[in-house]
Amino acid sequence: MSDRTIDRVAAATPPPVARKIRGLSDRAIAWIFVAPTIFLLLAINIFPLIWTIRLSFTNYRANRLTREPEFIGLRNYERILTDSDIWLNMQATAHFLFWTIFFQVLIGFTLAWLINKKFKGNDLWTTIIVLPMMLSPAVVGNFWKFLYQPQIGLFNYIVSFFTGKDPSSFEMLGQVNLAPWSIVIVDTWMWTPFVMLICLAGLRSIPDYIYEAAEIDRASKLRQFFTITIPMVLPFLMLAVLFRGIENFKMFDLVVQLTGGGPGSVTELTSINLKREAFEKWRTGYASAYAIILFVTVFGLASIYVKALNKVKER
Amino acid sequence: MSSFSITEPSNRTKWFAGTLVILYAVITMIPLVWIAITGFKSPADAIAYPPKYIVGSESEAGFQPTLEGYVNLFTTRTRQTQDFLDANPPETWADEIVRQYDMVIVGPSKFGERFMNSVIIGFGSTFLSVFLGTLAAYAFSRFKIPLADDLLFFILSTRMMPPIAVAIPIFLMYRQLNLSDTHLGMILLYTAVNISLAVWLLKSFIDGIPTEYEEAALIDGYTRFQAFYKVVLPQAATGIASTAIFCLIFSWNEYAFAVLLTTANAQTAPPFIPTIIGIGGLDWPAIAAGVTLFLLPVMVFTILLRKHLLRGITFGAVRK
Repeated sequence: MSDRTIDRVAAATPPPVARKIRGLSDRAIAWIFVAPTIFLLLAINIFPLIWTIRLSFTNYRANRLTREPEFIGLRNYERILTDSDIWLNMQATAHFLFWTIFFQVLIGFTLAWLINKKFKGNDLWTTIIVLPMMLSPAVVGNFWKFLYQPQIGLFNYIVSFFTGKDPSSFEMLGQVNLAPWSIVIVDTWMWTPFVMLICLAGLRSIPDYIYEAAEIDRASKLRQFFTITIPMVLPFLMLAVLFRGIENFKMFDLVVQLTGGGPGSVTELTSINLKREAFEKWRTGYASAYAIILFVTVFGLASIYVKALNKVKER
Repeated sequence: MSSFSITEPSNRTKWFAGTLVILYAVITMIPLVWIAITGFKSPADAIAYPPKYIVGSESEAGFQPTLEGYVNLFTTRTRQTQDFLDANPPETWADEIVRQYDMVIVGPSKFGERFMNSVIIGFGSTFLSVFLGTLAAYAFSRFKIPLADDLLFFILSTRMMPPIAVAIPIFLMYRQLNLSDTHLGMILLYTAVNISLAVWLLKSFIDGIPTEYEEAALIDGYTRFQAFYKVVLPQAATGIASTAIFCLIFSWNEYAFAVLLTTANAQTAPPFIPTIIGIGGLDWPAIAAGVTLFLLPVMVFTILLRKHLLRGITFGAVRK
């Protein structure tokens, strides 16, 4: 960067003149430009995180202002990790994560593959398919609740129309065996387009000449698909899975509006449980420890995953 | 297979692929279309079974469209005695609609206010994140900043944090600073969430602008600052605009912070819409009307600006 004309001119000019030419020095401008962003992130992201870590070692309750919090060491962590209810929430989260990613990858990749056949008007239809992911998850959860209403809801009507089942015989949101699937369906409806777009970017990055060469070598279409298409799209697909995984691990708004964690606690994902501990039971210290455990889990899993991803990319 | 390009799909493949994709698109639109229709139904029609989906027909599946949902969304109403109703004839079409239930309109509902809060907080935080983001992105793109890569990674990693984990201390901090339930508090919070994406997106746009223009301007006697806003900014306009749309959509849609940190004064629409209650249960047409009005701007934006938006979504994947 130092070999720019302006820097050479400035270096050859006495300091007062240089300042006149350039106004403030580049370094001063750089700091003035970056500082507000860093300051904001420190104030609203990093400082709160440190505060959460500190709170996690106390028994503080945010709704009792007069009582001084006590330092209780690792007791919160111990209690969370040995609590069997929290393991149930973890299981619910794992179920949600696994099946949403499974369906989104399956449908998203298929759609991207079909769109990449470049039929007429494909960009218009892509835009229409993308619409759900642009919407507010809380509002989406809210109106899907209406579609899922037993007896009157459109979802039950359509299912009964195709299967002949009595529409009042099942409740997507009210039955223990169906509720976990109800949130998987809505999340898949909403986020499949995201996986699709990233796969599409992957498919479009494959140069035509690779297929042409395969064609000349008389490789079958099926063989081309498994030896060219899949390996070339895999890094993109894995990245989409990473993004969806992180997002769905944090998932709160959609599910809280749809089921509120019920019935019982079969759809009580960890983030919903965390909200309950922090803002309904007001166990601030305990919830802080919980938050830290979740954060470390996401961060840990994500970094292991990124390592695997980089290996795939290197191949 | 065409003899010109061996990689071009055949017409039959195209037709087949097109049909499947259009079928998926149509299925995916059903919930949204259904909500839009429900907004124009009467409460009785909205919960009728089998569902009514034909406008204005006398058949079993037909319903008479009405603006009742929209009237209920924007007003508060009370039930009145027959004497009162006789003495005060309805003045507007909205009055007439609520008269069917022996009610009168007594004032506006909170929806308008909540919607305006969404607009103020959305635009406020978008402006701030794009403003600060552009400055930071320019600095990262053009100057040698010590530990630039670490700083950039730090900026991005703040997005990994679950909102509730940050919400606990922010709740406590805002209580101390008197920022809870204020527009300013929410604007700052959403800016902090948006700015990481803004810096990354904008840096990639500014990286694409050749430095020669600025250097020429500097030699012509511009200060660095003048060169920035007279030369670089106009060229980065497209990038700035598409970044702004991403920030706006995020702030518009956000729910977790809004529901935890606001109660009345600065509450946005997403936490408010689900709480609309009618007589004897949820007023589904009014909720559907609110949902439609709230989602419509985003859908229109998405369709109009699809090129920039779709590029922005895949940006993360393609860059890395």
